[in-house]
Amino acid sequence: MRHLLSIEDLDRSAIERILDRAKSFTEVSEREIKKVPALRGRRVLNLFWEASTRTRSSFELAAKALSADVVNLSSSGSAIEKGESLKDTVQTLSAYRPDLIVIRSPHVGAAHLVAGWTDAAVVNAGDGKHEHPTQALLDVYALRDRIGSLDGANIWIVGDVMHSRVARSNIPAFMMLGADVTVCGPPTLIPRGIETLGCKVEYTLDRLPEADVVYALRMQNERMTDSFVPSIREYAARYQIDGRRLASRQVLMHPGPVNRGVELAAEVIDSPQAIIGQQVAAGVVVRMAVLYELLAGRGAPKTEPQTSIPVPA
Amino acid sequence: MSALESRPTPPADLLVRGAHVLDPRAGINAPQDVLVRGGQIAELGAPGSLPDDGVEVVDGEGKHVFPGFVDPHVHLRTPGQEHKEDLDTGTRSAAAGGYVAVVAMPNTDPVVDNAPVLLSLREQARREARIPVGFLAAVTRGLGGEGLTEMAELRDAGALGFTDDGKPVHRAGILRKALQYQRLAGGVLCLHEEDPTLSGKGVMHEGDVSARLGLAGIPSVSESTLIARDAALARYEDGRIHIQHLSARESVEAVAAAKLAGVKITAEASPHHLTLTDQALLESLDTRLKMNPPLRTETDRQALVEGLRDGTIDCIATDHAPHAREEKEVPFEEAPMGTTGLETAFAAVYTELVLPGVLPLELVVDKLSTGAALLGLPLPAVQVGHSADFCLVDLEAEWEVGEHGYESRSENCCFSGRTLRGRVLATVAAGGIAYRERAFAVVA
Repeated sequence: MRHLLSIEDLDRSAIERILDRAKSFTEVSEREIKKVPALRGRRVLNLFWEASTRTRSSFELAAKALSADVVNLSSSGSAIEKGESLKDTVQTLSAYRPDLIVIRSPHVGAAHLVAGWTDAAVVNAGDGKHEHPTQALLDVYALRDRIGSLDGANIWIVGDVMHSRVARSNIPAFMMLGADVTVCGPPTLIPRGIETLGCKVEYTLDRLPEADVVYALRMQNERMTDSFVPSIREYAARYQIDGRRLASRQVLMHPGPVNRGVELAAEVIDSPQAIIGQQVAAGVVVRMAVLYELLAGRGAPKTEPQTSIPVPA
Repeated sequence: MSALESRPTPPADLLVRGAHVLDPRAGINAPQDVLVRGGQIAELGAPGSLPDDGVEVVDGEGKHVFPGFVDPHVHLRTPGQEHKEDLDTGTRSAAAGGYVAVVAMPNTDPVVDNAPVLLSLREQARREARIPVGFLAAVTRGLGGEGLTEMAELRDAGALGFTDDGKPVHRAGILRKALQYQRLAGGVLCLHEEDPTLSGKGVMHEGDVSARLGLAGIPSVSESTLIARDAALARYEDGRIHIQHLSARESVEAVAAAKLAGVKITAEASPHHLTLTDQALLESLDTRLKMNPPLRTETDRQALVEGLRDGTIDCIATDHAPHAREEKEVPFEEAPMGTTGLETAFAAVYTELVLPGVLPLELVVDKLSTGAALLGLPLPAVQVGHSADFCLVDLEAEWEVGEHGYESRSENCCFSGRTLRGRVLATVAAGGIAYRERAFAVVA
């Protein structure tokens, strides 16, 4: 595997290999010196052309924990603001010979484009409403940690599926690991044709008790302006996961950031069923494992270790 | 071709020796010598029978001669966007595709919405166009959808018809007035059918593939509902409408229903909608595959092919829409809609529909020029006494699209990289040689 652009670049065994390696990295995070030399001397560029707290900081921490050199760039304050095209930016930065580029973009397919313009390995950290494969990996990691195996688990993804890149990566990831997936939300926010991914579609929470895992998606206020929902109030009344709807045997997940009182009631966020904090924590070790897989693991380009400093003749 | 303009070309004196002439409308389907004198087809005869004195001789053996193609729907980007295409490069691209006449859309900058702009554009075509070019004028001023253009004056200035192509005439009341005014001005109303409240921010067909990709979709009903509305208006006003670039099964049904009801309606489909589907976007989110209307599903594609076969769809039109490289080398959602198509139209349809036996060659050759009749232009014919308007094609030649670049100024061709069969070797338009393939040898 040269890049991680889509969760479909991986199969079950590749996912399990990455998650097992992530598990082994948890030990690093517990050390006083949270660093191993696995990627020493490698250059990682984090290009975040869209706001991000968790994804950006965890990629940075992951690269640093593996001793890579990291540069972070965001669209504000960069030449993108001066109208430089994505292609020119990537080709310019590629002149610095990065080994890996992490890209977050508001545009579908941006990571694929970047992969075509650089020799570096590319990790998709979210491309528009398309995919967010490392989120899917960390979600599977956190969930495996809680329930052991996903085989046969009944997972409900609830909310704004239409505008969710998390859903588009998580549906295939959960299914590859043997889970049954149902998406649920108002019909205006369930994209036509989503069932071709192999998931079921529900428009009410009536059968939510059948779920083993409830994965709530973020509901953004601006969806109201485009009439996707008549009001956030009505949305919350019908789709909010609260203490009444969440059974004690169920597991609650959310990709963050949470809109308290919209998709989740305050009482479930801190409930024992919730593994939202574990999802965040998994971000660093899972991204360490992804960086390792691409730069030092199976399928990574072989590089000769350079021991001496080349001297011009 | 009175309202058509092109730069003066010396009338050809030419003998195409022994090519297989296929002119379905004239009922010719046999090897022939075709003698052109002074730009007119002077004589047809058995292979080897016609004298070659004083004319250039072209060896046509094993090749085909078709009546030249006519495209009722191209964007030549002039005036205002000559970095994408101009009258010279656009007509060179057309000639390389076997076209002998094209009709340019008015969504330029400025918009062709008044007689002075149209007259100056026609004058420019008399200097630059390599094959005859006709022009449609806008239905509404500035394509704004509000006020009608001076349709009668524009017709007097040579507009073949009217369109707001690129946009629908969204307000039914405005289209109704245009249909009423058509009684005075004449000229077909060519309609880009799309309900913007249904298309929204869509960038591709709404369906399984858009659901997977997370891209906003343009539903098929965005097109078909507006066709149904406009057919009803045309029927009520007894107006004449032409539906541009059909893309959906529902649209074919809407046109068929309107024809059955006696509405004066015709329709076109593009080579890309006839041969490609949105599945191509799953393989690669290539911005060259982004156009409006979008590539739809296999069911839609088959409905279009069926519509072409049964006559619901009257002609093939490319909607040749060039865009500069830097405009297309951006993320999919940011890229402008459109694909070039003039140089690949015949080969794409021949390779994907004729070779597998889906459509007969006669029908494809016919539909590639019937667009002329819709706009009141004469149909090219390989017949004695007619102006020489034909192309010489090698059906055996295989080529990779884009391998040697394009005649168009732009390279945003949705067939780029595909291997196609059928290569245009030469095009004679309005009696003059408009195109000759680089490698094409001249015998005498």
